[in-house]
Amino acid sequence: MSAAIELRGVSKIYGEGASEVRALSEVDLSVVRGELVAVMGPSGSGKSTLLTIAGTLEDPTTGQVLIGEVEVAGMSRNEKARMRRRSIGYVFQDFNLLAGLSAVENVALPLELDGAGAKAARAVALDVLEELNLADRAGHWPDDLSGGERQRVAIARALVGDRQLLFADEPTGALDSVNGEAVMRLLRAATHRGVAGVMVTHDAQLASWADRVVFLRDGKMVDQTGTPAGPESLLAAGSDG
Amino acid sequence: MSVRHALLALLSEGPKYGLQLRQEFEARTGDVWPLNVGQVYTTLQRLERDGLVRAEGAEGESPQKGYQITSAGSQDLTEWLRTPSETVPPPRDELVIKVLVSLAVPDIDVHELLQVHRRHLVEIMQRYTRLKSEAPESDVGLALVVDAELFRLEGIARWLDAADARLARVKSTNLTTRAASVEDPLPSKEAAQP
Repeated sequence: MSAAIELRGVSKIYGEGASEVRALSEVDLSVVRGELVAVMGPSGSGKSTLLTIAGTLEDPTTGQVLIGEVEVAGMSRNEKARMRRRSIGYVFQDFNLLAGLSAVENVALPLELDGAGAKAARAVALDVLEELNLADRAGHWPDDLSGGERQRVAIARALVGDRQLLFADEPTGALDSVNGEAVMRLLRAATHRGVAGVMVTHDAQLASWADRVVFLRDGKMVDQTGTPAGPESLLAAGSDG
Repeated sequence: MSVRHALLALLSEGPKYGLQLRQEFEARTGDVWPLNVGQVYTTLQRLERDGLVRAEGAEGESPQKGYQITSAGSQDLTEWLRTPSETVPPPRDELVIKVLVSLAVPDIDVHELLQVHRRHLVEIMQRYTRLKSEAPESDVGLALVVDAELFRLEGIARWLDAADARLARVKSTNLTTRAASVEDPLPSKEAAQP
């Protein structure tokens, strides 16, 4: 299967001379449709840099980023902006909802920015909110929503329209584990529909929702999990009296 | 795991047969603890001997005996539920020992060793999470059991992260100290010479 997103030999260097910092070194990563890949590593390991480069928000110093087999470096500014609006969803730890817009307006925003009429955009946004059991919150302001609801609205906004790629940075943020699990179930439902996802986290429990976990250390990809065995054999342990 | 008290808990809902107890036990613990029927009957016999349950109905001849909890059984169950579980750590944790021992072994990169164990843990956690995510959300028994295991494994993964960071810090401090002592070799010894 061809990759939805591919990084080839990506390096990122900030600053120069004595203050040069190598944030990423020769990173190769490829994610296919339907797959969720988690990137784990301590702070300063380059996780967030990797996500912003894969998400086309930042350019690599060397190496290539391909989205749907098209090299990002070859795109014009406008093409990149259009691709980000149409094909890519971002979920960040701090939700990034616009406080002056209601839940449904926040979700409709990417569609409107992409030229959809307000009415049509609103209808699509309402459908997504309904899928996420948030229909009754559509008219609420972000400040009137709970943390879990805000993050679900942020995910609705990231998924609205025909997105093929989802980038998430610690998507469950400060949510408790039950709300965090609800968020992960939503992300997994999106990838099961064919979206390719990349999520960075330092949390092993969050990472365990992914099909594959890659480990970064000092900007280098040092390891990754194998194809996981099924859960069947886990629970065969005997019991005692 | 106390099968004895799990059976008492099921009987506190009302009288039940042995086979029924086995089925309910497995269903309520998310099918995580398989129980053989012999184990159920042996446990019931002991409970009966101790006066915590009473066999009713059949007079020994019928294979289907019903069991009922006694008031002593109810009291025993309540006491057990409220007794704190053993939370003292095992005296020797194998992973901790391996990491400690590795520090003395030349040619072992402790960070690489920690990563081997981290990957293994995450792989097991992936399997548990998959089990939970594929089960219906209504299967609360399974979710509780899987969560317990996930939090336990996460605790170990966090210890690995902490060990990684601590050892990295110690290494950089040692390097700095060593560099400083090379620049100023054994000043105290020289000072001691006449």
